Amino acid sequence: MSVSATYALFRKDVHSEIRTRYALNALIMFVVVAVATILFALRSDQPTSSVLAGLYWVVVFFTAMSGLSRTFVSEEERGTTMTLQLVANPSTVYFAKLIFNTVLTISLTIAVTLLYVTVFADSFVIQTMSTFLVTVILGSLGFASASTIIAAIVAKANTRGTLYPVLSFPVLVVLLMTVMAATTKALDGEPFEAALGDFQILAGYILAMTGGSYLLFDYVWKE
Amino acid sequence: MKAAKYGSIILITFVLIAGLAIPIVPNPQTWLEFPLIPGLEQKARNILYHVPVAWTTVVAFLVGTFYGLRYLKTRNIDDDIKSVSAAGLGFMFCLLATITGAIWAKFNWGSFWNWDPRETSIFILLLIYGAYFALRSALETEEKRATLSAVYSIIAGITVPFFIFVMPRMLSGLHPGAAGDPDGSGPVVQMKMSPNMLVIFLLGLLGFTLLFIWLFNMRVRLARLEYRRLLQEE
Repeated sequence: MSVSATYALFRKDVHSEIRTRYALNALIMFVVVAVATILFALRSDQPTSSVLAGLYWVVVFFTAMSGLSRTFVSEEERGTTMTLQLVANPSTVYFAKLIFNTVLTISLTIAVTLLYVTVFADSFVIQTMSTFLVTVILGSLGFASASTIIAAIVAKANTRGTLYPVLSFPVLVVLLMTVMAATTKALDGEPFEAALGDFQILAGYILAMTGGSYLLFDYVWKE
Repeated sequence: MKAAKYGSIILITFVLIAGLAIPIVPNPQTWLEFPLIPGLEQKARNILYHVPVAWTTVVAFLVGTFYGLRYLKTRNIDDDIKSVSAAGLGFMFCLLATITGAIWAKFNWGSFWNWDPRETSIFILLLIYGAYFALRSALETEEKRATLSAVYSIIAGITVPFFIFVMPRMLSGLHPGAAGDPDGSGPVVQMKMSPNMLVIFLLGLLGFTLLFIWLFNMRVRLARLEYRRLLQEE
């Protein structure tokens, strides 16, 4: 694995994304639709911070599930998997896709955050900015680390669209519970130190998932 | 395998009879009396059946992941047969543990389900099994199915330590070992059983493990026959 090759592959994905805007457009529309549905359901209720933190990550989870599998599925659909196998070794491909998915998830959380701050102006007030930022960055990394390897598995199966959230959810539950707890702390204005335990869990999760995926990716990719 | 077969039959029958027949009294004097545990009373007997079933679920999951890992190394389809056989049994024991636990929870804690850390963990384990079998049915060729489901079972296995070690500290719960337990939270629960109950409990663990070995062996043999018939048809 070399850094320049990884970067080149990452740039290739970014270029094809900018040309087609397939994932980004669909993801942003998905976020808008999901948040609108939540607004219809809540009407004029004032949700508590834990409810809002939960809904925030529900939107991120389902949006990610509709978009993150594209990285591998599009290679299979366009028939470029073989070429990619020839020009790069598996770990290079894995890290390029991981970085691309991380960037995609972070832009996703930015979109959701902006929308939430606007539409829930009274109740979604980020009181501890440092906690919120670290939660979102670590959460995005965790999301990407687990969903990249599962996207690679799903790309080889027949029923890709429906299978992806089914396979991802059990793996992502730990992450979801932790980021929801940390986001609630950020909204409630608890000090940064209060969320340190959550960050430790997140860091452990990211390391375990990325390490495991890195070791197992060869088997999935060459199948 | 005869040993596992007869061993499990004898041990489980013994645990069933002993667990139900030995009376629970406030101050046990002899070996044939269980002490009264406040809050559990007669319901304490379920610990002899529910916990071994939950234990066997974990054993089955570990065996399934182990053979999945071995398949990736050896590429021997027999390891995949073993992995999926263990997963099928694990799913069955997981369902049994969920049901026996839910019934016990209803009579002890007042409701069937409370989202306590261990209940959450076993629910996620059910989801993992569901996802595992959904993935298998979505893959057509034998080798692809074996490889990808092995990878998935390992990826899912990576999250298991988080459920065992982290979640009980995060969520407060009703099982022993959850956050807020006066005896401390963690995966190792202090046994507060009387010696005679502990003996029967350990025999129960052994009996159910032997039952798993026996069933596992039968399922593997059956799956091998089915696989061979499939090859002949082709």
